[in-house]
Amino acid sequence: MEKIPILRMGDLLLVTIQVDLYDRLAEALEADLVQMIKKTGAHGVLIDISAVSIIDSFMGRIIGNIATMSKVLDAETVVVGMQPAVAITLVELGLPLEGVLCALNVERGMDLLKTKIALKENGLATDPDGDIE
Amino acid sequence: MVTLNKESMSIIREIDVIPFRNRLKEIAVRVGMSLVNQTKIITAASELARNMLKYAGGGIATIEVVTKGRENGIRLIFKDQGPGIPDIKEAMKDGYSTGKSLGLGLPGTKRLVSEFNIESTVGVGTVVTVTKWKHG
Repeated sequence: MEKIPILRMGDLLLVTIQVDLYDRLAEALEADLVQMIKKTGAHGVLIDISAVSIIDSFMGRIIGNIATMSKVLDAETVVVGMQPAVAITLVELGLPLEGVLCALNVERGMDLLKTKIALKENGLATDPDGDIE
Repeated sequence: MVTLNKESMSIIREIDVIPFRNRLKEIAVRVGMSLVNQTKIITAASELARNMLKYAGGGIATIEVVTKGRENGIRLIFKDQGPGIPDIKEAMKDGYSTGKSLGLGLPGTKRLVSEFNIESTVGVGTVVTVTKWKHG
């Protein structure tokens, strides 16, 4: 079976999804990623979906799950590079990916993750919306 | 509505959805659909194919290129011989689900297409027909 590679970069995990997702592949990614967070103690996960042209409700739910699961394991998730057509479709479908941090591209996503992690390390509390208190 | 072209694929396993999606993409490009409309119909197709697999163990998906007046479009027909849906009105409500999903499937799909029709007979099966117009 195909596998989506997870790269480690310092205390971040980097996932670039280069193929179109199908259910089992997305589920495998979810499981692998959670294992990797545990194994590496990563504090952040960056998921690049710029090559993904279709996200339906199942895959959207997996992305939401990954964000929630990593949070429980003390890691932040940022999804980057969503294609505009995918964003339009997801919202009309009724799946606005609430609770998932998004950034326009990898660079901004990295900045967002680093800020989040730095805030946490400095002991600044964040409320569940991600706003600094 | 006139059908210009028609092809069917059977969807029995999850992996069958990928060539179906790819073929639909090719046809949507050929019809001249915008990228947003392509994405919408392929996402709708993905939802309906999953439903068919999950609730009916698979079925037949048909892609048709259709024309009405000056408008071209794609019509998809998903036909299964599953258990059928006892209460379609209920199934079309946002948040309704018998599976473990979010219950966005049918109502969400309806929002992505121009026309949506569902017919189901308990014990016989379900036929879902959706149409997306090029400029719809």
